[in-house]
Amino acid sequence: MSHILHRLQDRPHFLELAYRGSRRLLSPFKPWLKPGGWMERLLIGGEELSKGAIFGCRMCGQCVLHSTGMTCPMTCPKEMRNGPCGGVRLDGHCEVIPEMLCVWTQAWERSKRMPTYGGEFLRVLPTLDRRLSGSSAWINDFSGEIENIETSWRE
Amino acid sequence: MSPSSRLESVLRSGDFAVTAELNPRDSADPQVVYQQARILAEFSDAINTGDGSGANSHLSSLGMAALLARAGHEPVMQLGCRDRNRIALQGELLAAAALGVGNVLCLTGDGVQAGDQPDAKSVFDLDSMGLLRTARIMRGQGRFLSGRKIEIAPRWFLGAASNPFVPPYDFRPLRLQKKIEAGAEFIQTQYCFDVPRLRQFMARVRDMGLDERVFILVGVGPLRSLKSALWMREHVPGVVIPESIEKRLRGVPSDKQQEQGLQICVEIIQQVREIPGIKGVHVMAYRQEEWVGEIVERAGLLPRPKLAREPLVEEEAKHVSL
Ligand code: SF4
Repeated sequence: MSHILHRLQDRPHFLELAYRGSRRLLSPFKPWLKPGGWMERLLIGGEELSKGAIFGCRMCGQCVLHSTGMTCPMTCPKEMRNGPCGGVRLDGHCEVIPEMLCVWTQAWERSKRMPTYGGEFLRVLPTLDRRLSGSSAWINDFSGEIENIETSWRE
Repeated sequence: MSPSSRLESVLRSGDFAVTAELNPRDSADPQVVYQQARILAEFSDAINTGDGSGANSHLSSLGMAALLARAGHEPVMQLGCRDRNRIALQGELLAAAALGVGNVLCLTGDGVQAGDQPDAKSVFDLDSMGLLRTARIMRGQGRFLSGRKIEIAPRWFLGAASNPFVPPYDFRPLRLQKKIEAGAEFIQTQYCFDVPRLRQFMARVRDMGLDERVFILVGVGPLRSLKSALWMREHVPGVVIPESIEKRLRGVPSDKQQEQGLQICVEIIQQVREIPGIKGVHVMAYRQEEWVGEIVERAGLLPRPKLAREPLVEEEAKHVSL
C-alpha cells in the first residue's frame, strides 16, 4: 500500500491539483484553523498519515511541496531548500547517500510536469523556521505563520 | 571601517581576473599562511580560504582570511553551512568585515561523509541560498535575520559557487539565476575539466542574460598524476574528470604526468578565456601551489594589475616582509 502511495509522486500534475483542491476545501474553515487546539491535533495526524506515506514527509511545518516539484526537500540530507547542491553524482544519485537518487533531480523533473505551480521552483524560498517542526503545515499556512516567514525574508 | 573589495575593482575594470586557492593548513603558526600567500599573491588578484575543506578540520577560513588581510593580501573567505547554524554564521560574517575581509563566498558545503570525521553532526541550518540572502540583508538593511539592528553595516562583495558539470544540467543555469536573486555578485565554479559542457552551460547563461548580472570565474587546476585524478573523481564531491583527460594522463609515463596535468590546465584556461561571458579563472592547485605562477604565466595572464592596499596592521606587516 505505502509503495503504491509513494508512486503517486510520479503523478505531479495530479498532486498539484489535489493540493489546490484541498486548499480551497479548507479555506472556509479558516477561523478554526488555529494552532494549539484539537483541530491542529487532527490535522497533524492527517498530515503524518497522508504526506508521510506519499512524500516521506518530515513534518517541518512549513510545507513547500508545490514549490519543489511535489517532492519533499526535507528528505535531502542537506535539507537544501532551493535546488540541488553541487555534489550530485553523474548517475543522478546523492552525494551524501550514494544509494539514493538525489531528491532534487527528481523534484526538478517533476516540476517540469506541473503546469499550475511548476514555475514556483524558480522562486528563492525562505529559510526554515525550526520552531514549526512537528506542527501542522496547513494550520501554519492559514494562521499566517508562513506569511510571517516570507515577510522577514523579503528585502 | 568596513573593507572594500579589490577583486570587485579588478572585475569591474574589465580585466580577466585570476583568483587562487590557499591550501588548507594545519598549523598554529601564521607563517605557513603568510608564506603560501606570498607565492600566490604575485600571480592572482585574490586568494580563497577554504572552510573545513573536504569536511576536515583545518585552520579556519575566517582565521586564514584575517591573516591574509593583515598582510595586505585580498582574501575571499569561503563560508559553508555544514558546521554552523544561522547564529554562528551571522557572527562569522560580521567578524569577517571587522577583520578586513572584503569578499565572502557563500557555500552549502560537502557532507561530513567526505572527510575524516564522518561521525560529526552536520548542521545545514541554512543552505547557500539562505546564507547569501542573509548576508545581503545584513549588508543592505543593516540588520540580522531576526530584524535586530547592526550598528555599522558590513560591506562585502558577495559570491557563490556553481557546478555546471553535474546533473540536472538543464537546471544549473536556473540555479545560477536563483543565486543571483539571492545575492550573488560573483561566481566561482567547481573544477572545469569538460570545456564543451561549460560552453553549453554558458550559451544558456548568455541567453538568459545572466552573464551581465554576475561575474563568472571558472575553477581550474592541475592534476598531479593519473592516480590523483582517479582519486579526486572518486572522493571529491562534484568533481567530474572526463575520459578524454584520463586518457591523456594515461598516455604518458608516470614521471611525465605532472607536466601533462599542467599542460592540460593551461589549455583549459586558454579555451575558457575564449568563451563569451567568462570574466576570470579560479586556480585550485591542491598541494601544488608552487605551480600556480607557471600556470598563470603560460596561460598568458601575467602581469596581474597592481591595486595597492596597505597592510592592515603595520607591526604585523614588518614581520611578514622579513
Ligand atoms: S545530492 Fe541532492 S539529495 Fe544529496 S545532498 Fe545534494 S541536493 Fe541533497
